[in-house]
Amino acid sequence: MTQDSSSPAALAAADPPLTVVRPSRGWAPLEIGELWAYRELLGFLAWRDVKVRYKQTVLGAAWAILQPFAAMVVFTIFFHRMAGIAPDGNVPYPLWSYAGLLPWTLFAQALTRSSQSLVAQSNLVTKVYFPRLVMPLAATVSALVDFAVASLVYGGMLVYYKVTPGVELAYLPLLLLLALATATGVGLWLSAINVKYRDVRYTIPFLIQIWLFVSPVVYPASRVPEAYRVYYGLNPMAGVIDGFRWCLLGVGEGPGEMFWASVGVSAFVLISGAYYFRRTEDFFADIV
Amino acid sequence: MADVAIKAEGLGKRYRIGALREAYHTLRDAIVRAVKAPGRLLSRLGRGGERDTIWALKDVSFEVGRGEVVGVIGRNGAGKSTLLKILSRITKPTEGRAEIRGRVGSLLEVGTGFHPELTGRENIFLNGSILGMRRREIRSKFDEIVAFAEIEKFIDTPVKRYSSGMSVRLAFAVAAHLDPEILLVDEVLAVGDAAFQKKCLGKMGDVAKEGRTVLFVSHNMGAVQRLCSRVQLIDQGHLILDAATHTAVNKYMSLMESHASEGDLSELPREKVEYGRELRLTRVVVVDKEGRARTSLALGAELRVLVEFECLKNVAGASIIVGIDTAQGDAVTTVASEEAGTLCDCRAGDRVKSIVHFSGLILNTGRFVVRAGARRGGSGAVKSALDLVRQAFFFEISASRDEGSTHLESLGGVVRCLPQWHLSEHGAVADPSGSTGTD
Repeated sequence: MTQDSSSPAALAAADPPLTVVRPSRGWAPLEIGELWAYRELLGFLAWRDVKVRYKQTVLGAAWAILQPFAAMVVFTIFFHRMAGIAPDGNVPYPLWSYAGLLPWTLFAQALTRSSQSLVAQSNLVTKVYFPRLVMPLAATVSALVDFAVASLVYGGMLVYYKVTPGVELAYLPLLLLLALATATGVGLWLSAINVKYRDVRYTIPFLIQIWLFVSPVVYPASRVPEAYRVYYGLNPMAGVIDGFRWCLLGVGEGPGEMFWASVGVSAFVLISGAYYFRRTEDFFADIV
Repeated sequence: MADVAIKAEGLGKRYRIGALREAYHTLRDAIVRAVKAPGRLLSRLGRGGERDTIWALKDVSFEVGRGEVVGVIGRNGAGKSTLLKILSRITKPTEGRAEIRGRVGSLLEVGTGFHPELTGRENIFLNGSILGMRRREIRSKFDEIVAFAEIEKFIDTPVKRYSSGMSVRLAFAVAAHLDPEILLVDEVLAVGDAAFQKKCLGKMGDVAKEGRTVLFVSHNMGAVQRLCSRVQLIDQGHLILDAATHTAVNKYMSLMESHASEGDLSELPREKVEYGRELRLTRVVVVDKEGRARTSLALGAELRVLVEFECLKNVAGASIIVGIDTAQGDAVTTVASEEAGTLCDCRAGDRVKSIVHFSGLILNTGRFVVRAGARRGGSGAVKSALDLVRQAFFFEISASRDEGSTHLESLGGVVRCLPQWHLSEHGAVADPSGSTGTD
């Protein structure tokens, strides 16, 4: 299927775009070009999510900050002070904790929102055409906005603790990309499965809780015995969070076996998720 | 080749009935089914999957040239919306193929994506983008859209504060400014009040005249006749006629009547054993002046009910009872033939046909059901029932224009009447009838 929805001027002159409607054929190409053509819609849906969330709440944008911040406070009191878990570098625990909570919150939020995106907006699925990939992606983008807001607080914390980031900070865009890829990949799988099996909605809170403890949010990855660390890295968030801490604070050893294992899993989940989504997309309108 | 905008070849869409009933599953169900699978699998090998599916569309082929405005009509559930959904790429066909040349805009619903927390302005951009407009485009048409919707003052208020009429006007205003070469429209004209509907129809007419290709699904025969030069009639998933408007609309009407002329009660089991033993109602339908069965009458048209029955035993003094109820179950009125002095004496084997003309009763728009029965009339205290069918025939009163109807609007209420109005200038009340007080 090819539809070129580029500028009206181009269309007026050239051959009209041809669209072919055909029965579903199983595996479908990703059609990134079409996705790019609908980027404005993606932006509008993400903007709507953010706007609506902030309009409805008393605290507005503060919610984006409150979540990681409150988690940091609780973790510091109970896991650090009381249980005695220490960060793997010469940095204060709260700062270290928050550095891990930034990508974690992005992941958890993106997952929660994108998994419901298709089912919650079933009227869009049944009444309008656009590449369905737009919906979980828009949910992830709206989580990214919250991430950006929460990062400001992190900047403030850096000042407060008088810590300066090292050269590793230059890798931040790449790590952010990795975090997004992970969040998107899992989100695509879950949103597609959710259309057919509605259990997914109820599994998400549980899944996120467990995932939190399987990831190095509360404790450093260095506590995992060396021998097992590469398997630990099969959890893509392990590499993301560890990487974020290394990038923002210079703690940890930098990208090693575990990190690359995470990158590999993340890429696999993203690509397979996208293809699975495209394959099942043909039936969304019939069963949502 | 460039003149063909839409070409459909053998389009078909099959739905699983089970899928319709239970659209989604839980993992628990899937696991349970997998466990039961060995046994289930064997039993399913014997049966085909066919009886669990329906073909919402089958073997639909046609060509629409650039600039044509084609209407698509048919009963509810005929498959019109499915066809539009397939052409809009919202759902995939099970078989067949279609080629569409040009940018497509689909209007299957107005206000898709509207969010009550956002302002009118924000919703215009959101909805416009969802429908396929670029931000640039929306900005350039913004003022026109607001003017069309007549909500200039409220453009920056959250939509949750709008009246339903305002939100509907806004939604339609955005949709009306969609600018694609090919427009697929699904019954969205039934929005708003009469004045706004007129405006929408006008706008649709403009769109049609601008040389766009339009596929227009509607139940509104008036709109179809006004806008379309060619009409496709779809019934039970098949494209049974693709012809000039007049021809197709007539065929549609006669199709509706033949469906309505079922109304056959002879086989219907009765709620009490003794009903239908001596006298049995065989057919109850609403008919028009010419005696043709109708499922839909225009507001203001005369209501006539045909009741056919047969006598299984000799019956003396039977009174036929006909009642009209709303589809929700509230009784509107009930009449009995004995009130007009008409009683029926019949012998075993007689078949009788009676028509009751509800002169003076004007039902308002809506869905109604005919209740019919018979009882022994006469002066005796005991009037035993001979037969009773509570929901013998469904029909509706619609607002569309028809020959023979007076011009009425449905202003509210189950019935309508045509009272006399007396207006006077300030001072005494003039009563042209000359009598004092009320009747």
